This record gives sequence, C-alpha cells and structure tokens, in this order.
Amino acid sequence: MTTLLRIIPARFVVRRPQRMIERHVVAYRRQWLIIVSGFFEPLFYLLSMRAGLGSLVGDVSVAGKAVPYDAFVAPALMASSAMNGAIFDSTGNVLHRMKYARIYDAALATPMSPADVAVGEISWALLRGQLYAGSFLGVMAALGLVQSWWVFMALPACALVGLTFAGIGFAATTYMRGWSDLEIVTTATMPLFLFSATFFPASSYGSWGWVVQISPLYHGVALVRAANTGVWTASVLAHVAVLLAVSIAALALAAKRLDVLLRK
Amino acid sequence: MAHFATPGPLRVMSGHVVAFRRMWKMNVMSSFLQPLMYLLGLGVGVGALVDRNTGSTDTLGGASYVAFVAPGLLVTTAMALAAGESMWPVMGGLKWQRGYHGIAATPLTAGDIVVGHGVWMAVRCGIASAAVSVALALFPDTRSWGLLPAIAISMLVGLAFAMPIMAFSITAELDGAFPAIQRFVIIPLFLFGGAFYPLSQLPVGVQWAAKATPLWHGVEVARWCTTGNVRWAATAGHLAYVALWALVGTVVAVRNMRRKLYS
Amino acid sequence: MPEPLIVASQLVKRFGDFTAVDGIDVEVQRGEAFGFLGPNGAGKSSTMRMIGCVSPVTAGTLRLFGLDAATHGAQIRRRLGVVPQLDTLDTEITVQENLWLYGRYFDLPRAEAKRRAAELLEFAQLTDRADSIVDNLSGGMKRRLSIARSLINEPELLLLDEPTTGLDPQARHVLWDRLYRLKQQGVTLVLTTHYMDEAEQLCDRLVVMDQGRIVAEGSPRSLIEQYSTREVLELRFAAGTNEAAAPQLGGIGERQELLPDRVLVYAADGEAALAEAHARGLQPESALVRRSSLEDVFLLLTGRTLAD
Repeated sequence: MTTLLRIIPARFVVRRPQRMIERHVVAYRRQWLIIVSGFFEPLFYLLSMRAGLGSLVGDVSVAGKAVPYDAFVAPALMASSAMNGAIFDSTGNVLHRMKYARIYDAALATPMSPADVAVGEISWALLRGQLYAGSFLGVMAALGLVQSWWVFMALPACALVGLTFAGIGFAATTYMRGWSDLEIVTTATMPLFLFSATFFPASSYGSWGWVVQISPLYHGVALVRAANTGVWTASVLAHVAVLLAVSIAALALAAKRLDVLLRK
Repeated sequence: MAHFATPGPLRVMSGHVVAFRRMWKMNVMSSFLQPLMYLLGLGVGVGALVDRNTGSTDTLGGASYVAFVAPGLLVTTAMALAAGESMWPVMGGLKWQRGYHGIAATPLTAGDIVVGHGVWMAVRCGIASAAVSVALALFPDTRSWGLLPAIAISMLVGLAFAMPIMAFSITAELDGAFPAIQRFVIIPLFLFGGAFYPLSQLPVGVQWAAKATPLWHGVEVARWCTTGNVRWAATAGHLAYVALWALVGTVVAVRNMRRKLYS
Repeated sequence: MPEPLIVASQLVKRFGDFTAVDGIDVEVQRGEAFGFLGPNGAGKSSTMRMIGCVSPVTAGTLRLFGLDAATHGAQIRRRLGVVPQLDTLDTEITVQENLWLYGRYFDLPRAEAKRRAAELLEFAQLTDRADSIVDNLSGGMKRRLSIARSLINEPELLLLDEPTTGLDPQARHVLWDRLYRLKQQGVTLVLTTHYMDEAEQLCDRLVVMDQGRIVAEGSPRSLIEQYSTREVLELRFAAGTNEAAAPQLGGIGERQELLPDRVLVYAADGEAALAEAHARGLQPESALVRRSSLEDVFLLLTGRTLAD
C-alpha cells in the first residue's frame, strides 16, 4: 500500500497539460490551413444532403415533428464531426507524435508527466472539436436549420462526444504497431458514422432499433438533436450517462497504457 | 536466340504485387468493407426514406434508390483508391523508401515505372470493384450482368484520377498538398459527383463543375450498364473523355518521372 | 563531504525475462565527467533512462541530488538536461521554437525562455538557422540543437546518450569542444559511448559495461595501465591465414588476441615484438605499432570488440 502511494501520485499528477497545447498552437501557426480545412468535410456533407437528397427524401419525423431532411441530418453531422475530429487527432496525430516524432519522449524528460501529456492532448482535441462545432453551428443558423435557442447546448454535447472519442482513440493508439493500423480506425468509425441514426432515424431498423444504442455516437447525435429541437426528455440524462461512462473508462485505459509505453 | 523478356511495366508491377501481398488485409477493409457500409447505410437506409417519397423514383429514372447508388459507389471506390495510391506511395517511391530510384538503376525506363504503377492501380481498382460487385449481386435490386462492364469502367475512372494525380505527386516537394486534395477534390466529388443523386438536383454551376471531372462520366455510364439502359453513342463519348484524362495524365507523369529520375 | 550527485546501488532493470542492467553500483561526484563505455546492448541506455527518471527502477536504489528517483522524478528532472540517443527534436517547428517551447516544459516564463533560447543558439552556433524548420538541418546541427535544448533549464547534470554516434569527424570535434566548455563551467556530465576516443577525450572517470554489469572502473589512463600493455602490435596476414599465423606468435609480448581480420600482440615494446615476429620468419602483409587504448581494455575484459 505504501509503495502504491509512493508511486501513483508521481505518475498521475496533472500540473502542466497546457504546455502541450502551447506546443500545438506554435506548430499549427504555420499549418493553419490544415485546421481550417477540417471544417469543410461536414459542410460538404451537409450541402450535398441538402441540395441533392433533400427533395428526394422529403420530410423526416423528429420528436413527433416533421422536419426537412437537411434539418434532420445537420445535428447528426455536427455530432459526427465532433467524433471524427477527436478520433483523427487522437489516433493519426498522436501516433505520429508518439512513435515517429517522439515528441512525448522529449516532454517526459522534463517535469512533464504522462498524465500531463494525455490531458494536454485530449484538451487540444476538444478545443479543436469545439472550433469546428461552433462554426458548423454558425452554418446551420445561416441555412435556417436551427429550430430552438436551446441549440447552444449542442456545444457541450459535442464536447462530450469529443471527450469520449478522444479517449477511445488515444487508448486505441497505444496499441497500434504502425500506420497501417489506422485503416482499422477508419473502418471502425465508418459504421458509427453511417448507422447512428445520422442519415435515417433509428425507427428505420424496426424491432432492431435498440442495436444503435451500442454506438456512443448515437447518444451524441440524440443529444445534439434534442438541443436543436429544444425538446428535452429524461432520455437525455441516459445519453449523457452513457457518454460519460465510456469516456471515463477510455481515458483511464489511455492514461494507464501511455504510462506503460512511455516509462519503460 | 530468341529471348522473350517480360515487358518493363509488368516487371515494375510485379514489385507492387509482392509488396501488396504483405498488407492485403488492410486493403480489403478500406476498399471492400467501406463501400459496402455506404451501400447499406445510404443505399438501403436512406433508400427506404427516398423510396417511400412519391415522385422520387421518377427523378431516379425509375430505379430504386439502392440500385441508383450502387454503381456510383463502385466507381467512387475506384476513384478514392486510385487517389490514395497515387499520392503518398508515389512520393514514398521518390523520397522516403526511394523504390523508384532503385528501379531507375536498372534498364527499366520512366515509362515502365509510370505505366507499371498505373496498371497496378487499375488492377487494384478492378479487384476492389469486383469485390463490391460480388456483394451487390447478393441483393435482388442491385443484381445485374451490367456489373461486369461497370468494373471495367471503374478501372478506367481509377486511371483517370490516378495518372494526373501521380503526375502531380512526382513533382510535389512536400506531402502537405495531399490531404488538401483528399478534402477539396476527392470528398466533394464523392458527394457532388452524381453518385448519390442525379446531378440535376444541384445548381447549374455545380453541375458543370462536376461534369468537367471524369467521375460523373464514369458513374453515368456504369449506371446505364447496371440498370440496363445503355445509350451507346453517348457511352462512347463519356468513356473517351475519361480515357483522355488517363492518357494526358500518363504522358505528363512519364515526362515528370523522366525529369526527376534520369536527368 | 556532501552526498554525491548520483548514487546508484545494486541498480537493476528488467524487461520481462530480459535483464538489461544487472545490479550496478555507481557514484558520480558534482563537476565530474563520467562515462559508461560498452558495446550496443550493454545496458548503457537503460541505465541512462533510469538516471533520467523516465524509466522506473526494477530493483536497487537510485538517488540524484539526494532525492529518490522513484518518488521525486519530476523534481529531479527539473534539474537535469537530457540528450537522448536518437534526437527527439520537434521537426515541425523552428530551431528557435524548439528551444523556448522546451523551456516552457520547465515552467520558465516565456520571456525568460526566449532569452535563454537566444543565448543557446549562439552556444550551438545555430543563430543563423534560428528560423529554419528542424527537418531541414544536417545531422550535426540537429545534435548541437539537442544539446542546446537540454541546457534550457540550466541543468546541474547533463545526460548524454551516445552524443556523437553517426556524426562525421568534424562535427564530432565541434561537439566535443562544446561539451568541454560546459564541463569547465561546472556542469556535471554523464555520457555513454562506444567510441573509445570519445571516452578518452571527455571522461574523467568511466565504467566499462558488458551484459548489464560493470566490469571495470577508473580513469581512462588508469584502466589502460591496469588492463593493458603500453603498446600493441597489430599484424595482418594474407586473407584467411591470420588463424594459422597466430600460434606461431606464442611467447611474444604478454599475450595475443586473434581477431577476424588481424592479430594483436600486447607488448611493452611493440617494435621489439615486431622484430621478434620477423625473426621467426613470419611475413605479415602489414604491421602497425600503436599505444594501448580503451578498446584493448574492453577486449581483454569481455573478449569482444566494442563494435560488436
């Protein structure tokens, strides 16, 4: 017990995660285009769905109300982009910094702890995600897809989605052998993107509708949709609880694995 | 004594085949599972919404939505695969693993390298499209002999993207432009190139932009094949346009490769 | 007398079944330049990572600055400079940014970090490359930047893992000069190397490591005096005949070593040994008399060359 107390505080102390963020701000000053370009993918999807599929699909029912297809898809795209952004940052970028650029090795030779690195990286992913979510919200408003003032609650909802997937991505990255493993990430996130009641309602699955509950993104989509419609039900609490539980489990695993990997 | 040598491009290609055998599982995922998921998610899932909407079937030329989307996915899969394969691996061959420099030290020419890599990419597109076709043949709505010519069209569209992008990749100094190509060319084409809905749904300006690229022409012809509604004269024109992209791309790529490796 | 800067006793590092460091005792005094000499895989880097407080000690105790490495890692690292074996420079940002951002990891105020960065650019002769992206630097420049970066927190102890491996001779001499200056300023240096000339140039005292253990300890001069003769005669015979020639050298000098490409004869007087070999009718293709080096010490202690 005393040994545990002696070692754990030293490893899991979080004192200066903001240094990691400072590093990224400096590094991305010259690569701001990469940051900006991340905003366009969900936008392209939204515009394509709006212009191309909108009239083919017609109205979709959300919370008992019939809404145009683009208004149905937009909140889902917002939650999905929070997921994709968090996953992208916590897998490809983290893998690069951990294994190839060895930026974490450099940081850990200083008073920085593995927990500083993990918290810093996840905070960065969240900040970036909020930037995208915020600007996407602006686009939604401009296109007349916002239905309620409650929509600002979509931002914390996206932060929760980002936290969940940054944790999952970070934990997964600690198991990766190399670049080719990233293909697994793409293949694993795609069904989440396509089948989390993003492009068609869960009711389309008939009696199999409960299956989508397995997807953490489904809960995020439900939250953002609730924020946009302003219709809050008790199920919102359940969605939040699921996302919190998954993110805590994933973050704990990520911190433990990072410690094992970096402090060999 | 007569000596039957393997043609240069084939010798270059055999190198790619050997490298591919080590990582084919990953490629199965990206080039087979991903389009299949899009087919299920958008084709079947969104299709249910589209098909219940009266009037939509007319807009889609009488086809069900999943039958409309299927050939589009076949061709966009080839486009995405060819684009990825003609960016980082090409830069790797010149800058990182420097495999092209190794080949350049043999009697093979720049043309052999470029055409060899091109043929290999076409084969990859063919394999991926064939795999997706097998899956499509399982569903009554998308089962068609037209899938066979559609596979060939996918290969041609793959080349129409691979060769011009390869020509660019050979001269690129940094890989920073590659994600931008993915984000601002490939993904918009995937979304606005006529795979998921008729171009007539879009504003006229966007329609013309989409029609300028080879993707739409390939999707259009592939769709005629799978829905059994081929317009022969127009087909020839569309395919000639797609082939022109591949051809011009090849010529420029060979020229760039020669300058890079042999001067 | 104050406690030495580093005190390691019965230090062990195991990775699963593999024992990288097998119970070593080391003490390093303040102001000393101390070296770990040994071939690849001897356990030098593992030892350095433990001293750098990034790798937990498996068994034994390790104290730096009077603090326990197991519990006070962050406080110890605050006072260390580390130059790892492979550069961990941030290749996406500039030379200057590498320096001051690293200072921020030590909680230096930004203005102070930038001031020190400017000084260190001077020290590393990189001032004119301050705004270059690190990716575009030569190997020697990157190594100098690594050393400069490790000094941003004005460390009392500098750890250098193979500081000049892979550099050309000129770049090595520039680096040695910079390290020598640091030593004169009172910075304690601990370095690993498998170059005997580097160890002889830089180290006041060193230990020879082999297979996780310390096999000898002392100053470079004293180790050579203790474990080798004053001179060495190197004989090369026609290809494939070294082995046949070796037994015929029996009795010349104190002992012989047969290597794949040559035979070494250890003798106080190399020229006399060569004359004796000629007198026995041996006709080597080349013969060279040189002074003993740490390489010879290592060969005697481990039966292997450092390059293995």
